[in-house]
Amino acid sequence: MLNLPILRWGQPYTSMDVDEVRHFATGEVIARISRANGGMIQRDIRKAQAARDALRRFPIDDLIERVKHAGELYMTATLAMGDGTQTPDEFVAAQSASTGMPEAMCRANMKKSAFVLAEMRAILTALTRRLDFTVLTDGWGIENGVPVSYQAQAPALGLVLPSNTSGVHTLWLPVIPLQIGLVLKPGPQEPWTPYRIAEAFAQAGIPREAMSIYPGGPDVGASVLDACGRNLIFGGEATIERYKGSARVQAHGPGFSKILLGDDQVDHWEKYLDVLVDSVCASGGRGCINASGVWASRHTREIADAMAQRMAAIRPLPFDHPDAALAAMTVPGVAEAVDKAIDADLTVPGVTDVTAKYRTGARFVQDGPANYLLPTVVHCASPEPAIAKKEYMFPFVTVVECPEAKMVESIGPTLVCSAITGNAAFMRQLTDATHIDRLNIGPVRTMALNWLQPHEGNLIDFLFRARAYQTAPL
Amino acid sequence: MSSGMQTPGQPATDAQVAAAKTALDAHVRDTIQWHFNPETGTPFWLDFVAKQGWDPRKDVKTFEDLVRFGEFQDEWLRGGPVQRWIPKGLAGQPAYVFETGGTTGIPKSRVAIADFRTDYELFSDTLPEEYFPKGANWLMLGPSGPRRLRLSVEHLAQYRGGICFCVDLDPRWVIKLIKKGWTEHLEAYKDHVIEQAVSILSAGHDIKCMFTTPKLLEALALRLEKDGTSIRKAGITGIFGGGTEFTPQWNRFAHEELLDGAYLTPTYGNTLMGLAASSPTGPFNNYKISYYAPQPRAVVQVVDFDDANKLVGVGETGRVKLTTLTREFFVPGFLERDEGEREAPYEKYPWDGVSGVRPYRGFASSTTVGVY
Repeated sequence: MLNLPILRWGQPYTSMDVDEVRHFATGEVIARISRANGGMIQRDIRKAQAARDALRRFPIDDLIERVKHAGELYMTATLAMGDGTQTPDEFVAAQSASTGMPEAMCRANMKKSAFVLAEMRAILTALTRRLDFTVLTDGWGIENGVPVSYQAQAPALGLVLPSNTSGVHTLWLPVIPLQIGLVLKPGPQEPWTPYRIAEAFAQAGIPREAMSIYPGGPDVGASVLDACGRNLIFGGEATIERYKGSARVQAHGPGFSKILLGDDQVDHWEKYLDVLVDSVCASGGRGCINASGVWASRHTREIADAMAQRMAAIRPLPFDHPDAALAAMTVPGVAEAVDKAIDADLTVPGVTDVTAKYRTGARFVQDGPANYLLPTVVHCASPEPAIAKKEYMFPFVTVVECPEAKMVESIGPTLVCSAITGNAAFMRQLTDATHIDRLNIGPVRTMALNWLQPHEGNLIDFLFRARAYQTAPL
Repeated sequence: MSSGMQTPGQPATDAQVAAAKTALDAHVRDTIQWHFNPETGTPFWLDFVAKQGWDPRKDVKTFEDLVRFGEFQDEWLRGGPVQRWIPKGLAGQPAYVFETGGTTGIPKSRVAIADFRTDYELFSDTLPEEYFPKGANWLMLGPSGPRRLRLSVEHLAQYRGGICFCVDLDPRWVIKLIKKGWTEHLEAYKDHVIEQAVSILSAGHDIKCMFTTPKLLEALALRLEKDGTSIRKAGITGIFGGGTEFTPQWNRFAHEELLDGAYLTPTYGNTLMGLAASSPTGPFNNYKISYYAPQPRAVVQVVDFDDANKLVGVGETGRVKLTTLTREFFVPGFLERDEGEREAPYEKYPWDGVSGVRPYRGFASSTTVGVY
């Protein structure tokens, strides 16, 4: 069993209050994590400028090389984890044990993080639109003969992280090479990635005082948000609503990502079945970039039926099985509650659980202490039923019948929209829709990320403010 | 002046424990005689036993005999007339009414005449002169309004020869803010309260002592630190604190990072019972806080979750049960909304105590704690 301390700008602090992290299947305690308190964060945040100052002692170019090396260490090295160590395999095993994600998915997420660390130069070049990095360090510079200034809006970025998907960690990895400190509140079941990345950064020569990790409950998350000038939080719809319009807090929640089949392509829907199923099922269907809706004007019953046949074949497998595609739900009661919520929505006319006829047994499966929800495809004869726009943390999708002309106005907020169409007018309408964040035109899996493009807003725009900056000779 | 750190105490001897128990039983008999005598008794209790058909004056000889009253129902304290709680023997004396709860609905009330003064005078004797000097002025950084605490702390200051400065703080509004999730308003209200405290501390009133709660102490210390000063540099040498959020870790954090050498003595209490002082706490006992009721005027027990008449073993966890035994107020077997571990008698308080006080698990999800 490992004991993980609080990291206060790199300094370990062992609290008398601890939370236990348990193996979802065996109940074994695999880590005891020190719990922070709000006052501690309020005190420490006064040293946030020192974190930025420590990072600014290294040019961004240098930090980019260091995070690249950190990525190699993250993937291959035995690294300190609290009062013990973890090999990459031990890290994967621990993450799988506490989150319920199959080990194969944990490994895939590791690769995503390592990729971002390795490709940091290209990513920052793209996100900054080829800005000379010294402008970010100095706060101003000359570009093409014109003075430019980008002012950091906070010396450290606060993050309140989730437990459900370790893929989100890729969002904060570029922050350190941008010479901004990090204040992380890890998800209760997924403390592993923040600690391993922090250690990899330190081993790669990045100052330990650039990062703080404050495990704890909701009060700790609230304190992080209160303390830091810029924050990212991951939560549900209520979280999104609460921080809507906040300049200080960027809330990430359900994606309600969708695939739209244009009238010009829908008759060839079978050609795109792999894209549809993969978009729903990849990474256990847990991410905000997994599709939760497939919209088309016709053939929706055939599409739903074909998806249901494919998805019904996915069954729980041991968490170390290389083909495991379903994650266990580790928070007690959640799987049952979601199952009941879906059943309640199915009572509405025009709504059908198409997977039911292909599934053996119930949607909710209890396999020993592990709870699973089996993949579910629901057909909606129109966009009206509430379930048409719902998203759950397992392979769940609604196939919604809707005329193309009404699609854009009906789909609601959509993080990733893959529109399979060649219709220029429809494409223009989609391009102009402000409730669509990422737009893919063509048969692009919603999970397919182009790391050189921003995710839910450009991190640079969130952390830095462009402003006027004039100088005159003395 | 030293660092504000406390030194360990000693366990009570068997003789001390036996003497305390003898005194408690005698006090129980005296209290029962008073409250159940038709000439001096409390209307509520006289009516209660008339319906029950037994005479406590004959049947209650020891503290243990109080179990015959069963569990005290706190609903009995809601609504009027509150005069039913004033013993006939004290009729006509100036009376106060203190309230507890009351965010929604009718609050619970306790009538008091001089108990709050007596309780705080007894507590005063536990305060070390080095950190709570006689004649020093006080700051009451806690709830105002219809609360016993506000008058009690003011009396404590006066009893010790000082003057008490107060802030406005409405805990019922704070609870509403928490329940509504209006965190920005909550922070603004906290800032409003702390600003009052900072103004008082900066006004040359020579304030050396303070009552406050963990949350407010933390907020005040952080505010002073932000201003380039500290609790100690602002003049505070002794802090009397109360509130269920006094965890060992928070106690350690306060000593290591907030107090700057000021002395902090945690207390546990409520409007019904009075005030339980704490035994010494510090690195020597991992900052564990153990509370001891002002026996024989009040008794704290830690009882089985399923059987309120059964004490748990020392070190074991149970629900906190309070008994109040004064001439003004008799409350047998009141089950608190808290739980904790039973503590062994301590040399200064040779009777049972309780540590690790936290919201009772049966109510925890519906209890809003740490409101001010």
